[in-house]
Amino acid sequence: MGLPKEEFYVSGARNCAGCGFPTIIRIVTKAAGKNTIIVNATGCMEVVSTPYPQTAWKLPWVHAAFENAAAVASGVEAALKKLKKDANVIVFGGDGGTYDIGFQALSGMMERGHNVLYICYDNEAYENTGIQRSSSTPKFSWTTTTPIGKKIRGKRRWKKPITEIMAAHGSPFVATASPHLHMDLFNKVKKALSIKGPKFMKVLSPCVIGWKIPSNKTIEVEELAVESGVFPIYEIVNGKLTINYKPKKLRPVKEYLMMQGRFKHLNEKEIRSIQERVNKYWDYLLNLEKLDNAFFV
Amino acid sequence: MVGIKKVEYGKKQVLSTSDAIAYAVRFCEPKVTAVYPITPQTWIAEKITELINNGEMDSELILVESEHSSCSAILGAAATGVRTFSATSSQGLALMNEVLHVLSGMRLPSVFAIASRALSSPINIWADHSDMMNSRDTSWIQLFCESAQEAHDTIIQAYKISEKALLPVFVVVDGYTLSHVYEPVFIETKQKVKSFIGDYKPTHAYLNPKKPMTQGPIGYPSEYMDFKLEQQRAMNKALNVIKETNRKFKIKFGRSYGNGLIDERVRSKRVIIAMGSMCTTLRGLEKKYKKTKYEFSLIKIKSFRPFPKKELLRALSNATDIAVIDRAMSYGNAGPLFIEVSSALGEAGYRKRINNFIVGLGGREARIKDFEFIIKNIGRESYWINVNGGKNISFSAVI
Repeated sequence: MGLPKEEFYVSGARNCAGCGFPTIIRIVTKAAGKNTIIVNATGCMEVVSTPYPQTAWKLPWVHAAFENAAAVASGVEAALKKLKKDANVIVFGGDGGTYDIGFQALSGMMERGHNVLYICYDNEAYENTGIQRSSSTPKFSWTTTTPIGKKIRGKRRWKKPITEIMAAHGSPFVATASPHLHMDLFNKVKKALSIKGPKFMKVLSPCVIGWKIPSNKTIEVEELAVESGVFPIYEIVNGKLTINYKPKKLRPVKEYLMMQGRFKHLNEKEIRSIQERVNKYWDYLLNLEKLDNAFFV
Repeated sequence: MVGIKKVEYGKKQVLSTSDAIAYAVRFCEPKVTAVYPITPQTWIAEKITELINNGEMDSELILVESEHSSCSAILGAAATGVRTFSATSSQGLALMNEVLHVLSGMRLPSVFAIASRALSSPINIWADHSDMMNSRDTSWIQLFCESAQEAHDTIIQAYKISEKALLPVFVVVDGYTLSHVYEPVFIETKQKVKSFIGDYKPTHAYLNPKKPMTQGPIGYPSEYMDFKLEQQRAMNKALNVIKETNRKFKIKFGRSYGNGLIDERVRSKRVIIAMGSMCTTLRGLEKKYKKTKYEFSLIKIKSFRPFPKKELLRALSNATDIAVIDRAMSYGNAGPLFIEVSSALGEAGYRKRINNFIVGLGGREARIKDFEFIIKNIGRESYWINVNGGKNISFSAVI
């Protein structure tokens, strides 16, 4: 299966070796094509791709601040309407800019129904500022603000269920994706852009620094996240949930966790607790899949 | 505001200042309008939405979930390349503060109407310039108005100024004291307004897939400061843009406001400097005390940013005693306008007697007797006026 040859994110950008999101950008923009405007929240992506006077973007691109990408995109979309111009508006925000500080603006954009595709590249921490905890950080994970102490070991809460929250806004298209399943990501972007209204995608984006993985293991980590059920691949179209990729048998989460330095402190009890959570969530998704309308649109 | 009163264009009629602003915005035809409700700005937003919903104004309306988002949506629309409008007050303006800097730094034009109001705490919804002073260093042009007519006219001027200077503009009216006042206003016609401001066709900032542009990049230490120098250059140039726009406005519409930057009508050795709606009261007193021992002249600062240093110094060249009235406070020092004027005088090497009066914070009544106290104390001690049960307390006694 081939992706279009044309690139919209050029080589030579200042990403870390092994960074997860250049692959995401390349697949997403290949799916979206030339007639696309990118709105970027503050974060690694904006920092590494636009050191003035250089830019890695061959598409019109705008960045304003950390928490307002969804609001900026709302304004872009409104202006396009009045100019009678039709272009895809795609937002890229990290998990900090999406789950946390940008959450209100995102909720507002979804509620108002702007014709925008919001893509969260989820690396599960504030990696740009030096690996601090976000509400997307997995439970028990090490970050610089959730150190492994004698009293408290890593992050204390489970990851916020952002896709369900977005689906609950009545969005016509919400999905998760992982770049290692590149055609799934490509096709989901195509599908999202064919639907009018506010769309949301969460795409797994490993951070070699924050996750403490070798720079040649990014795709392997993505694969294990999906194969273990830690990061299920599904879509919710007009409220109907479909799991797009079902491993024959889920691999033990331990395999996924032990690949990464951020989890190396975990004891058996903690690993068991994560495994139980993953199993439960997988069953929950299987149950939702049976419904005609897992979410009310 | 509830109830539709038919407005007549090209005619003088009694309207609220908020409506006068909305009717000016209508013919400036911003393609995108984004607003969030906040008192006392709400009348402007309500009138604009009424015009849009009735099909009388052609603008894409975004009713956002916060002022941070209204400013951000405006930024997105302006970056796409269209004319924009928003309005806010007080906490809303404070919440926007982060994005205000970004918008002006990206050199995007826009016009925001501000019904100026106090900042919390304690929470207070009345007239005060604290919200504007809190926005002082955002690189937005700030134009203070004293009447409904001036607000109407300044909105029209503001679009021309903003799109020429490539800096966003605040058009400021005192909350309630002016925003909710009904006055006779001449409402301009569509044809005249449109021919005055023309179309907005940006060549420096747009989002067009046919001609990709990166807007809002990261500026390293090797670049950042040069961007900031350009902003200062733009502000300096804006002084002339404002003056020129005011001059052209006079030719077309027959009205003008001083030289667009400051308004001084007579010159005396004793001077009071003020901004906003209290200038009207002071102008009345200027007449009353003419040729008396308390004779003074009023200098209204219309453009607080850019600060018209040169014009102000020229107006003050023969002054001996100066009083600066502030409707805000820079805690730990003095009123912000006083600090500006003192700095201008100091830099020019002028030695004048100058003092400061802090008046009307949070909508406190500024009574005629308060102004009379000020008039009699120009160039003497500095005071907080009408505090602690009607007293005037000198700065040195605030311990």
